[in-house]
Amino acid sequence: MSYLEYNVKHVPSGLRKVLHLNWALLLLITAVAGVGFLMLYSVAGGSFSPWAEPQMKRYALGVFVMFFVAMVPIWFWRSISGFAYLVTLILLVLVEVMGSVGMGAQRWIDLGFMRLQPSELMKITLVMCLAAYYDWLPTEKTSKPLWVLIPVLLIIIPTMLVLRQPDLGTSILLLTGGAIVMFLAGVHWGYFAAVISMVVGLVVAVFQSRGTEWQLLKNYQYRRIDTFLDPSSDPLGAGYHITQSKIALGSGGWTGRGFMQGTQSRLNFLPEKHTDFIFTTLAEEFGYVGAVSLLSLYALIVVFCIASAISNKDRYSSLVILGISGAFFLFFAVNMSMVMGLAPVVGVPLPLVSYGGSAMLVLMAGFGLVQSAHVHRPRQV
Amino acid sequence: MRAKTPTEVTEVHGRLSRRALLLGGTMLAFMTGLGFRMRHLQLDQADQYRLLAEENRINIRLIPPARGEIFDRNGIVLARNEPSYRVTLVPEDAGDVDAVIDKLATLVELDPKELDRAVTEMRRSPPFLPVTIADRVSWDELSRVAVNTPALPGITPEVGLSRYYPLRGDMAHVLGYVGPVSDYDLSKIDNPDQLLRIPRFQIGKVGLEGRMEDDLRGVAGTKRVEVNAVGRIMRELDRREGEQGDDIQLTIDQGLQSYAQARLGEESAAAVVMDCETGDLLAVASAPTFDPNLFVEGISVADYGELTGNDHRPLAAKSVQGTYPPGSTFKMITALAALEEGIIGYDDTVYCPGHMEISNRRFHCWKRGGHGQMNLAQAIRESCDVYFYDIALQVGIDKMSEVAAKFGIGVKFDLPLSGVARGLNPSRDWKSSVRGEDWVVGDTANASIGQGFVLASPLQLAVMTARLATGKAVPPRLVKSINGVEQPIAEAPRLDISPTHLAEVQRGMYAVSNHRRGTAYSKRIIEDEFRMAGKTGTSQVRNITAAERARGVTRNEDLPWNRRDHGLFVNYAPFENPKIAVAVVVEHGSGSKAATPIGRDITLQALYGGTPPLSAYPTKDRNSIKIQQEELEKLVPGREITRRNRA
Repeated sequence: MSYLEYNVKHVPSGLRKVLHLNWALLLLITAVAGVGFLMLYSVAGGSFSPWAEPQMKRYALGVFVMFFVAMVPIWFWRSISGFAYLVTLILLVLVEVMGSVGMGAQRWIDLGFMRLQPSELMKITLVMCLAAYYDWLPTEKTSKPLWVLIPVLLIIIPTMLVLRQPDLGTSILLLTGGAIVMFLAGVHWGYFAAVISMVVGLVVAVFQSRGTEWQLLKNYQYRRIDTFLDPSSDPLGAGYHITQSKIALGSGGWTGRGFMQGTQSRLNFLPEKHTDFIFTTLAEEFGYVGAVSLLSLYALIVVFCIASAISNKDRYSSLVILGISGAFFLFFAVNMSMVMGLAPVVGVPLPLVSYGGSAMLVLMAGFGLVQSAHVHRPRQV
Repeated sequence: MRAKTPTEVTEVHGRLSRRALLLGGTMLAFMTGLGFRMRHLQLDQADQYRLLAEENRINIRLIPPARGEIFDRNGIVLARNEPSYRVTLVPEDAGDVDAVIDKLATLVELDPKELDRAVTEMRRSPPFLPVTIADRVSWDELSRVAVNTPALPGITPEVGLSRYYPLRGDMAHVLGYVGPVSDYDLSKIDNPDQLLRIPRFQIGKVGLEGRMEDDLRGVAGTKRVEVNAVGRIMRELDRREGEQGDDIQLTIDQGLQSYAQARLGEESAAAVVMDCETGDLLAVASAPTFDPNLFVEGISVADYGELTGNDHRPLAAKSVQGTYPPGSTFKMITALAALEEGIIGYDDTVYCPGHMEISNRRFHCWKRGGHGQMNLAQAIRESCDVYFYDIALQVGIDKMSEVAAKFGIGVKFDLPLSGVARGLNPSRDWKSSVRGEDWVVGDTANASIGQGFVLASPLQLAVMTARLATGKAVPPRLVKSINGVEQPIAEAPRLDISPTHLAEVQRGMYAVSNHRRGTAYSKRIIEDEFRMAGKTGTSQVRNITAAERARGVTRNEDLPWNRRDHGLFVNYAPFENPKIAVAVVVEHGSGSKAATPIGRDITLQALYGGTPPLSAYPTKDRNSIKIQQEELEKLVPGREITRRNRA
């Protein structure tokens, strides 16, 4: 029940929709994925197997999914937003109950042909659900405490479930992604200020309590924090990943050591070189120029999304586009901060570049929504 | 729900747009921050991180240098490095380790103990590191393995270097041996060479190998290899060759040395042959001997027990480490002391009734009936004890000790060998400080015939003889050249001994071997050119009691082996133009008759540079010498001898 009736006549239909896709965005996405293929080829020692080839197939599948989602009118997606959120939530609970154990954490349901990570799916469906909620909610109620509590619960419930898996990285992304949508929807500044000051207070309390009787964290958790703050204190133990990562980044210099010449990644000093730490390989082999180029591609994707959102008069569409681009931003911002030693190592892959199926498909589906919103945007008569 | 007006829509969308722009701005600011962080890491600190990356990937490995080889004076190899073949296994490449080992066992004889060790090692080390499965395999076995490598995954035939002593026992006491470096070896060295950390690296343990370790070892080369995070070698980046150890050429004449060893045979005996002019040690033999190759890879407990349990002490280098009462071979010293003091003239005689009373004790001559009137040359020739008691009591121990020191008795020679003995040149001071007793005349009488406290090694006796022959303070020399650089021969100073006195003593020594009544007359050389001068000696290892003497001296041969007298013989030849000095000691040989023929045979062998003609021997000895020569020729030749092939 939108406040704006769509002028359906002016929305393209059938195959003509393809012409109205945001092709520039698709081009940028393909460029970033291409960087991914190149790096996966390099870290495998100049071989398409075991990573580059499956990744390319997944990307092809992802493009197909994107087209499919983009062809379906955005109002259909709006109408199933709440349902999609519920289904994802049920899947998250299912993972908790019967999910198979992988990587020491319960994260996926084995569908036979692929492993489904509901937490990945939740990044999109949470955005959809919140966008639909704020599209439905009269604007004057936006900052009323009761109406603020509902989206907070919508965010907190999946976040807690994901945190239990445990997957700290994804839960941070869900929490922040949700908060971004609430902020865009116009929730009063005060709430955010209150939450931020509470978080700051909590952090101070955690540090102040150390060594006292009411200490808030376990000792090993403090040690992890120490390692994050000063990785060189334990270069072969817990600080190993981040120390090696910084060495790889730093040794890149201006133009890097050359394609497939990165000693840190090729000789396995880099941990998780094909997933979470793939950016370090890029920075090592292509240097500052390569790293900033990729960063610029990401920035352009975000800028194109924001421009598309602002020009879109449909509230649901704007919120979905901004929410998804916000989640996308958080993805690469957290990953890059992590490998540069600015954030703790929490296991967030680099979007579109890191090896991994679920994340790629979900992201492409998300960009499908962005494209659908773009194609089906209301046009001035 | 009421429919919103366009104004409301615009206003609401406007707020969203503002917040979207704010959010976008924040994102871009954050990304700019990331860009600056990259700049900081990649540009400002690039050098530092580049260095860390290099340190990560590059590992320095040592290349063990080839140990210096050892040659005799003619360039015959005495110690060399042999390729040593072994078979290693990389468990990771092997897959099913047990199956591969079973297959290997059909090609190579596997030592179960070695195998156990290898299996233990495999469990402890990462799977990509090679483990030695079979050590010291033969070339045939190695080639069988090499041909079959396709069927033996993870198996590599490898070649290393190991010490080998081609002459086996003949040089054992001079060269000593190398062995795998032990924790004990390391504990003795401050700041040990990195090379010694290589497992089973061979280090000189005793003898020349031990004493000249620093010259022989060489300098390790290094290779820089690229390794991955778990230490696997990916490729070699560059290498700096080390320096191989210095080659050492000895003064030893291998042919003479081997002959001397064979001639000593299974006796517990030692022989030293020295060049009178240069001091070059031509042969330094000690018997029985052992195979030093047993020690190279670590000797088995059984073999070691056999060597240490033998009462003839094969491991001892008796020629330089053993000290013996020199017996009558010391009499030249006593004679020279008396001559130098001016106490006796050449023709002054002493009457020998067969014994002499000294401070209420009866000192016997070896000849029970006595020698009658004896002058100096006669006393040396017939080894009359009473004559020397008499002159020694007149000259005193102080002068005797002074002269003995000039001839090298009690002097520790600086040779690169283990445990070179100092012996003992007794004096008043020595007795009061070490034994806390005063020197008595009986001690002087004992010392005058080389008994009592006097102790000398065969090496010292050879040096003494060379100095008697030349009148020069010739020092012994063992190393001829190091890495082709000739070691200087020290110009030996003239001894502070009157040449005429020396000539008189030499005349006596000549008569020992060439006068009808000389003690070594029966074992003389009849070739005029090579006539020798010498002195026999018998040294007691027990006291003969008065009761025993009353019963008649027990025949030595009837005593248990270890209570029999030592036999000694020193000589130099040719008499007119001395070239070599020889000292022979036969432990418990029942007197000088055991040593004299050995000394004579070695002298002839040295002077002829090979097997001497029978014509050099007295006629009645020729038959037995012929048999002996044939026996020894079976022993000496036929050994693997290689000429020096390096420049």
